[in-house]
Parts: sequence; C-alpha cells; structure tokens
Amino acid sequence: MTTLVSPATKTLNIDGLDVAINGERNLLELIRKADIELPTFCYHSDLSVYGACRLCLVDIEGRGIQGACSTPPEPGLKVRTHTEEIREIRKITLELLLANHDQQCPTCLKSAACQLKAVARQLGVGQVRFKRVHEPRPLDLSSVALIRDPNKCILCGDCVRFCAEVQSVGAIDFAYRGHDAAVLPAFGDGIGAGECVNCGQCAAVCTTGALTPRPEIEPVWQALNDPTKFVVAQVAPAVRVAIGEEFGLEPGTATSGQMVAALKRLGFDRVYDTSFAADLTVIEEANEFLKRKARGEKLPQFTSCCPGWVKFAEQYFPDLLPNLSTCKSPQQMLGALCKEFLPGELGRERRDIVVVAIMPCTAKKFEAKRPELARDGSPDVDHVLTTQELARMIEEAGLRYRKLAPESYDMPMGFKTGAGVLFGNSGGVSEAVLRYAAEKISGEKLRSPDFHAVRGEDGMRLATIVIDGTVLKLAVVHGLKNARALADKVRKGKTDLDLIEVMACPGGCIGGAGQPVSRDRSVRQLRTRGIYDVDKNLDLHKSQENHFVTEIYSRHLGEIGGKKAHQLLHTHYVNRAVS
Amino acid sequence: MISDLNQDSHGPDAVTPPLAAAGPSTECNAIVARIVERHGRRASRLVPILQDVQAEYRYLPADVLSYVARALNVAPARVFGVATFYAHFAIKPKGRHLVRLCDGTACHVKDSVPILDAIRKKLGVDAKNPTSRDLLFTVETVACLGACGLAPVVVVDDQVYGGMTPDKGVALIDAIVAKEAAA
Ligand code: SF4
Ligand code: SF4
Ligand code: FES
Repeated sequence: MTTLVSPATKTLNIDGLDVAINGERNLLELIRKADIELPTFCYHSDLSVYGACRLCLVDIEGRGIQGACSTPPEPGLKVRTHTEEIREIRKITLELLLANHDQQCPTCLKSAACQLKAVARQLGVGQVRFKRVHEPRPLDLSSVALIRDPNKCILCGDCVRFCAEVQSVGAIDFAYRGHDAAVLPAFGDGIGAGECVNCGQCAAVCTTGALTPRPEIEPVWQALNDPTKFVVAQVAPAVRVAIGEEFGLEPGTATSGQMVAALKRLGFDRVYDTSFAADLTVIEEANEFLKRKARGEKLPQFTSCCPGWVKFAEQYFPDLLPNLSTCKSPQQMLGALCKEFLPGELGRERRDIVVVAIMPCTAKKFEAKRPELARDGSPDVDHVLTTQELARMIEEAGLRYRKLAPESYDMPMGFKTGAGVLFGNSGGVSEAVLRYAAEKISGEKLRSPDFHAVRGEDGMRLATIVIDGTVLKLAVVHGLKNARALADKVRKGKTDLDLIEVMACPGGCIGGAGQPVSRDRSVRQLRTRGIYDVDKNLDLHKSQENHFVTEIYSRHLGEIGGKKAHQLLHTHYVNRAVS
Repeated sequence: MISDLNQDSHGPDAVTPPLAAAGPSTECNAIVARIVERHGRRASRLVPILQDVQAEYRYLPADVLSYVARALNVAPARVFGVATFYAHFAIKPKGRHLVRLCDGTACHVKDSVPILDAIRKKLGVDAKNPTSRDLLFTVETVACLGACGLAPVVVVDDQVYGGMTPDKGVALIDAIVAKEAAA
C-alpha cells in the first residue's frame, strides 16, 4: 500500500491510497484532491450541497454506498470509488438522466463544454435503455442575454443555487414536481421578463445546454459580408486572457496579437480596444468621485461599469441610484465615440457604422439594447459577442488561431495603459481610479502604480488608502449577494465608505459568463494573473498617461466632465423597483 | 430577492420596504396584506399564507403571488415553486364546482375512463385546461378516493356518487347547470 503522509496526520483510505484530511468539507473534495475525477452534476464548490444527482456514489467499508458530496471525511474510512456495483449504478443513473434530455448534441451550443456529454463519455455509457418521457417543450427566447432550453435540463439545480446563493436574485427555481418538475422563472414567464439581471452565471454553471448565452453571431457575419457596412470591433480586457483556452492554450495566456489578427481575417475594418475607453472611464469617473468627495455628497460612489450590477441596483436599490457613477461602461463609451466620430472621419452615415463588442459578459448584451444608449433608434453598440462566440466564429472560418501572425489594434482607440486593462479583474477599476486620484490629490508622480490593498480573491474586500492626509475608504465586491449586503448597509447609513466597486461575476469580468466554460476556480486565478501581467508588460500604467485620451479631450470633448463629455460618456438609470 | 424560506429575513438588521411599497394598494392587495400581516410577514409561514390566500380566491393569481413574494422578501420564482409543488394549490382559476374522478385501480378496471371522457367532452375541458370557460366547473382526476366499493366514483364538491356511467355523469353536470341557472 502506498502512503504519502506522516503517521501523525489524520488520514482515510481511497482506493488503497492513504489521503490526509485537511479541513475538506466532504469526501468528494478529498477524492478530487487525490486526483480522482469523480463525476458529479449537482456539486459545485462555490455552492451549497444538494445531493440529488447520485453520481458521486462511493462504497464505504462497513457503511455501504453513500454520496461523497454529502459525507464528511472521517479518519480511518475505507472508500472505494469504482466497484462493480457503483459502476453499474452510475451508468444507470446517467442513462436515466439522458432519457430526460433531448440528446440533440451536435446542434447544441454547449456541445463542446457539456458536462453531461463528458460524463457519458467518461463512464462509457453506450446506450440508453429508457424511453424519453417528456413532450418537447418550447425554447424560452424572452431574454436578450440567455436562451433557456427546457428539453435539456437534468434538474441538477446548479443554476438555481447560483442565482439565489451567490447573486441573491432567485430569478429561477424548481417548480412543479414529479414528472412535471422543471426549473422555471416565476409564474412560468420567460426568463427575460422577470428579475434576472443577465449575469449569465446560471448558464456558466449549467451542466448541460439548458441555459446558454444567446448568440448574435449571425447578424455579425451578415454585417461583415455586407460591403456597405463599416464594421468595427472593440475587445474587452478580460477576453484576451481567456480566448486562448478555446484553442488549447493555458488559461491566463494573453493572445491579443492573434486575436486582433483573427478579427481582421474575419473581415472587421477596425479593431479597437475597450481598454482605451476604460482609460477614459477612469478619467471621468475619478473626477466625478473627487468632486463628490470634496463636496461630501452622493457618497459612497458606486461604480457603474457592470451591467449586471446596474440592473440589480435599479431593481432593488432605486433609492441609491444617485450614488451610482453616471459614467457609461467602457463598452458604451467606445460605441458612442465610434458612432460620433467615425462617420465624419470616413465620410459615411451613422447607420453604415456597425460596432461589435467582444465581451466576457452576457449582461453586456442587455446593456447594448438599453434605449437610453441609442440615438434615433440606432444603438451605440450594435452587437455583443461573448468570448465563446468569437472563438466559434474563428473556428467556423477555419483559422488556425495559434498560428496566426500577431497584429496590432488600430489607433487611436486601440491604445491603452495598464490601468484600462485592469478593468478585467475585480479590484481593477478601483486600482485604476486610485492611480489617477492619488496623483491628482498629491500633485506628485506615484512611485509605484500598484495598489495591492484592493487586489485579492475575497468577494468583499475593504481598503483604506491615505494620500497626503486625504483618507479614501474603498470596498471591492464581487457577487451580487455581497453587493446586496453592502448596499443594505449604505442604505441604513452604516458605512463611511467613499468608493464601492461592484462586479456581478466571480473574480470580476475574467469570470464572466461569456468566457470559455470552466468549473475550476484555478482557471479564474490564472486569468486574474494574466491581466496583472498584461499591465506589467505595458509601458504605461496610468490612464492620465494615455496621450490619445488627452488628445481626444483637447480635439473633441473639451473639458473633463464637461458638456460634450456628458453627452457622450455619461448616462442615467431607470427605476425598476420591483413591485 | 433573498430566497431562504427557512430564515425569516425580518430580523432587527433586515431592511424591508414598507408593505405599501410592495405594490399598488388595490382592494385585492388589502386583503392579501391582511393575510400576510396575520402571519407576521414571516417567510417561514409561506405555506399557510398561500393556503389562506387560496381560501380567499380559490386559486393563486400571479399578481397576488408576486405581492406575497415582495411582502415576505422571497424571490417570486421561489414562491411560484412552492405554489406549484403542492397539488392542493392552484395557479389557474378553478371553477365554482370541483368535479373529481377517481382513476385508481378499482375505478379504472370498472371503466372510469369513458366517464371522464364524457364529462370532459360535455364541458369542453381537458387535462391541460381543466376549467370550463364559464368558470363553473373544474374537472380533476385523483389516484384513489378511498371509496373503491362504490367504483366507479365521481365526487362533486365533496358529494360522492358511486356506480357511475358516462350518461349518469353527464346528467350530474346537467343538474348542476340547471340549478345554477335557476339561482
Ligand atoms: S443570468 Fe444571473 S440573474 Fe439571471 S437567472 Fe441566471 S444567475 Fe440569475
Ligand atoms: S438548467 Fe442546467 S444547471 Fe439548471 S437544473 Fe437544468 S441542467 Fe442543471
Ligand atoms: S454530486 Fe453528490 S449527489 Fe450530485
């Protein structure tokens, strides 16, 4: 027998191997720590244990067969994970799940990342002995961000728990029971009709293709193939450190060069960087913040670049909307600039300019369709593609991504500083604003641009920064349940915070639901690191050093926070108080 | 919305919108508001609250459910989930008269299906839409009524009729319609 641990440690035995118990919450975590990929559907490390799928069964000596996800690790247990009996039960379980599923895999949007398919293959399920029991049900196309296909749902409940436990929204839940049991929005309405804030995290955790980001690939192909259109791409910071995963690269590998090359090969006329607009956001938002701070009004200021958070605030905290920064998100700033200035530059009509945003995010699809972010019915951003969708287009075009010779973004709106790229990480907006505000307050150059105090993985982080006697109190949150807790305190006047950064998705945009699907926390960590590395590798780290941004003020916008800037770069919010 | 039914969200620290803010103050909301208040606005009392609401309206209308959700600080989808979990609750309006047919083994063997078909045909209803358009009747099947000796059985508003045939079933309906018309 192999032993990997010193005799003092508490251990249990898994398939003949002694494994140290080290605070794991359940047997499943321990089994996975022993590098055994026990299949599961209803277990997700960020969520509560549900214990319904029965796939995680193991044989515990003296106790019989039990679910690993709901068994606490105890010293001395002897666990076996693939006895004949367990193999058989698992296969039957999977066949039963497949009998509840439409099995239309080749045409499924989730096909490549489907857990159901992966486990069927892992277990070598070669047949389904049970008949389908459900009549086909119609697709739910009510949302601009998501598609719900009830024919593929296996009732694992991961989506339900994410929405309630991490986002505190609860837009979908189990309804009916027995044969009719389903995961549904309230009152059987479409998911787009209710309180869903479009974060897409339910789709990110969905074990099948029952919830998927709603693709906009077709209209983008059409625009690209239409000679009368001038098609502009803008790419969000978080995309560059994740899209490589779709082509077999390590998470966190930045592939901006290949990505820009691919976009040009697909036929985009210009490729801009949303980070440019993020630099612009920093200037506008930091000035707005410093003004409020000086006057002591509308504090704490909440960030406004996450559209999941914005809709959440509009629904549940309409009384705090004056505290939101009025800055548009970088996506919308860049869209507005393109539509304002490109027609003149190119001698074309506004309607001939098509702006396509490549985003890690599904809520951005909703944001782009807000009526207040359009002019005369023509939106500032025409289409939003997720990272996944861009990868799919690259695949469809047959481009060998990893072999593409790198190309650069177009100027001037492809130019950015590291501050603009930081927006991809939770804490990034805060750090970028600090890099600006610190120099503005002190009148001196920062010795190091890094503010480690606002970095980290925790869903709720507090930091106090003192600059020349000015005390700035910041909070950085991700996950809307954390945002709710903090906003509740603000509502009751129980905080003395100055600035609150909110991102709906775990880890910020790098963990957005439009990113390549992964259920692994370490993937998020690598992408976060990737973003900080991009910042390190750029020459400039502070938005105020972006000379193209300076130029756009002097040539087009006039004063920071001035009339033209307000018209193009700021917005207002809608009271969506739920009643 | 906070969705934990096992934990009332009205502790000293909870921020709860005033009940008036939970919806326009129509007469219907006043009734529901009273019910919710009677149960201390506690999310853990959701099931008894729904029971009282159903007693009032004979079903659980969507706008009333969403009002209840708001008042209890529970997600509407969760309230809907609970409302659809229990067969006792109806989310569609029920008719004034409830016609239940036994489809248990005994009744089934004694040809309960043609009776069901005849009554449904008469009222223009089916399994998916069990309530007649005039909202007079709702036709349901139940697994067993515990009256197997009388099979096949039809129950109208708690009154049990044994030894049924399709014709007798339709006659029962006719009698009620006549009575309603006279009233
Ligand atoms: S998109 Fe987000 S808010 Fe909407 S149902 Fe999914 S998890 Fe909930
Ligand atoms: S929609 Fe997906 S995540 Fe939700 S219960 Fe169904 S299969 Fe599971
Ligand atoms: S993972 Fe344990 S029952 Fe689903």
